Order: sequence, then C-alpha cells, then structure tokens
Amino acid sequence: MTFDDIVAHPGQWLRGDGPHDKIVVSSRIRFARNLKDRPFPGWAKKAERLKILGEIQDHVAAIPAMDDGYTAPLQDLTALQKQILVERHLVSREHASKSAGSAVVISHDQQLSMMINEEDHLRMQSLLPGLQLREAYKINNEADLFLEDRVPYAFHPDLGYLTACPTNVGTGLRASAMVHLPALVLAEQINQIVNSVGKIGLAVRGLYGEGTEALGNLFQVSNQTTLGETEEEIIDRLVKVIEQVIEHEQNARQTLLERRANMLLDQIGRAYGVLGHARAIASKEALNLLSVMKLGADLGLFPESTQLAVDELFMTTQPAHLQLGEKKEKLSPEERDTLRADLVRAKVKKIPEPDIAKVKPAANGNGKKKDK
Amino acid sequence: MRCDVCQKNDATVYLTQIVEGKMQKVNLCEHCAKEKGVSDPTGFAMADLLLGLGATQQIEHGGQPAQKCPVCGFTQIDFKKTGRLGCSACYDTFADGLANLLKGMHKGLKHTGKMPAHLSRRYAMADRVKSLETDLQKAVKNENYEDAARLRDEIQKIEHELQA
Repeated sequence: MTFDDIVAHPGQWLRGDGPHDKIVVSSRIRFARNLKDRPFPGWAKKAERLKILGEIQDHVAAIPAMDDGYTAPLQDLTALQKQILVERHLVSREHASKSAGSAVVISHDQQLSMMINEEDHLRMQSLLPGLQLREAYKINNEADLFLEDRVPYAFHPDLGYLTACPTNVGTGLRASAMVHLPALVLAEQINQIVNSVGKIGLAVRGLYGEGTEALGNLFQVSNQTTLGETEEEIIDRLVKVIEQVIEHEQNARQTLLERRANMLLDQIGRAYGVLGHARAIASKEALNLLSVMKLGADLGLFPESTQLAVDELFMTTQPAHLQLGEKKEKLSPEERDTLRADLVRAKVKKIPEPDIAKVKPAANGNGKKKDK
Repeated sequence: MRCDVCQKNDATVYLTQIVEGKMQKVNLCEHCAKEKGVSDPTGFAMADLLLGLGATQQIEHGGQPAQKCPVCGFTQIDFKKTGRLGCSACYDTFADGLANLLKGMHKGLKHTGKMPAHLSRRYAMADRVKSLETDLQKAVKNENYEDAARLRDEIQKIEHELQA
C-alpha cells in the first residue's frame, strides 16, 4: 500500500457503520510497549533509536493484520504527508514531529496503526467507527500477542508494562471515544457532564481547539489511570459512562425538539445557509457549522447521505488536506479560508434544504408552546 | 496572570481538570500551550503537564539525589526536567520515590491486567517452586526423607525449565 492509497481511501472509522455511530464518531484503543532495559526514545541517542527501530520494525510489519500495509520511516515523509496522517488520526502530533529513528506502520484497512519510537518504543492503536471499544481492544490485543513472543517487552511483575511516562505504566492502555454532543452544548449542560465524568477518573476534552474550547462540539472521553485495574475493567467503566453520555445527549436533543424547536431549526437553517454561500470561511466557523449540519442530518432534516458528506468535510477542511493537491508551496490562511469555502459550498449545494416537516410534529406534540 | 511554565508571558490558556473530585488548574501562555501540546487532546494528558510543574519533585523523597540508573545513566535531575524516565530499569532504580508519585496518579499500585504469556508461565513456575520449597522444609523437619527427595527432584526439574 502507498501513501496515495491512504489519501484516496479514508479509514473505515470514517466511512463505516458502528453501534451508536450518530453520536459516537469513533473508538480508539492504544497500547504503550517498550523494550526491556533499553533507553526510551526520548533518552536514547540517535544511533540507539535507529538500532531499536531496526529490531522492532520487521516484526511489526510481519503482524498478520499488517499484511499489505503501509510502512514509512518518518524521515521519508514530507511535512505535509505527516500532517495528513495526523488529521486522519493515524499518528499523533508528537510522532509527526519525529524524523530519523522513528517510523509508522499502518494496516491496509487503516484500523491498526503503529508508531515506532514515539514517546515509547511502540505505540499501537486501533480505530473503529461508532462505539466499539471492545472490538478495537481485540484488534490491538491480537497484534500484542503476536509481538510479545518476538520482542522482549519491558514488564514488571508489580507495575506491569513499563512506559517512558509514569502516567501510562501498568496496562499502558488508553481507551477513548470521540463523541459529538451538539445538543448538550446548545442546552448548556455540557459542563455538568464534563465535571461528573471527571469525578470518576475519566477525562472529557475538546477534540479540536485549544484548552477548554471544543470546536465542532466534538469531545474525547478517555481513561486517565492505567495501573490498578485490568484492561477489561477500564474499558467497561468507559463504555458505561459513554452509554450514559449518549443517553444525556439523546434526551437533550428530544428536549430541544419539544421546547425550543424554532431555535434548533434556526441554527440548522443558518448553518445550511452560510455553508452553502460562504466565499471564505475560517476553520473554527466551519467546524461549528458542520457540527450543526451533522445534528440536522441525525434528526432526519437532511437525507441519509448527508452524514458521510459532513463527516468527510470535518477532515478535508483541515489545513493539510486543503494543501494537498495544491500547486502552490504553502497556502496563506486567507487562501485556505477561500479554498475551504469552495469545498464546503460545492458539497452543501448538493444537499436539499432542511425538511422542516420532520421536526414540526414533535415541536407541537406536547401542546405547550407552538413554534411557528 | 503569569504562565505557570515559563513564568514570563501572560497566561491566555486556562486548563481545569477534575479527577476523582480533585480540581487541578494550570494557566499557560500561548507559546507554552503549543509547546506542551495542549492543542492536541489525543496526545495530551494533564498529568504530564503537572509532572513538569513540581510533581516530579516527589521522586526525591526516596533515595539519594545523586542516584543514577546503572542501565541508562538517567538521574533524578533528568526526570525533573522531562517528566519521563530513561529506561525500564529506572523503575527499579527510583522505585522508592516513584511509589509516591504513582500513588497520586493511579487507582492502585499493583498491575492486575494482562501480561506476556511466556512471563505468566514463568511466574507460575516460580510460585510453584516457592510452595514446593516450603513443603520440602516441612518434610525434612519431619524426617520424611522419601517425600523430601521427591520434592527436591521436582524443584530441580522446574528450575531447570526456568533456566532454559
């Protein structure tokens, strides 16, 4: 598989179906593993990193799931290619900043990807659409079982898998789900959710945007502790919490439909209008309006195919994807905004106007207040 | 408000995280926020940030400050700087200090999850040897030499396997 194949075919997590995939965009499982008694990548000299890479890479590429996959040493990738992989969630931003001595291996279906010499010698992650944390764990675990017979892992009888950062020691497991919560944000209930999830040792963070700002109403829910619980316990706890978050989001959507239908329709109509006519649009505005379009599609105001169109725009309107295929060396922010607007306009123009009838009956259903 | 990391620029990014009811706050300037990868939630953990802001001092409570990892040459000063360890052996070298740090970070101090299959076989064998040795001592004490001889052979057999 070549880099162009990856560009041409977005991963299954984007195109595929999964349980609760209207609210849970994707599920990710990551393991951190290291070689015994060898300096971690951040402490190793370049020669040692290259040596470790050489010892791991062939075994990683030999994993059955990696058959016909993609392998690249990071120094062979351009800055743009690395950024594309980041925007596809196939490598971390930290890994993209690495060069000689680090590599990436991606499976043909792009469900499994491995970063060699990131913060740890080996980071393996599986990414699936919808709420499928247990399934993603299975994929990672099979790869792990294959490697543990071939690579001398650093493992401690009390502390488990040893990692460069003590925050990952134990299972070395980070389980996370990307969730789309527009109604909780609109109803201003999101802070309550973030706080209560935080109280049980899980974290909720915005996916895009800095600090506490969550652009596109996309959040990532993940475990914070890795030592003292089994992998199954960590995942079970996370799944339970995510199921509750899904329920809260569904309730918030229902309440908005019943009590504030006009506000909701106004937001969706405006998003449709702006995205369909904008000539220049910044990333922040695009993400937020696309989120509202996604909500509109979930509620049945737009045809089924709108889901995928919107999900793809979330990815293709990011800077590296906009740059891809442009002849000019580096687009200015203004040029990117114009290009982004062109891209969005072309897609949204094909989507029919929001079908307001879909919402009205529910809006009038409770007989309290009629929205007109 | 000043940035908690560089102590120079004005803070513009305010992070609040509540874990197990404990609120942690960090204020950062734009430059440090970018440097620490705050904009990348997939690779960013608040604990990492806190590590760089004093939590690493905890490792000093145990052991001598000049302690150096015999395998990779890593020191406590390096840990304070980076918040990362040098190699897997550092977990033994700095075990006393790390125990404090891990206690504040995790649910427990004992790994209960999966382990490499070949290791779990080894651990099981080592446990078996331990219990056989107890039996052997008992047998010798009771002058039950027939059992003792059998136990000794069994122990030797497992130890031979362990060395292979």
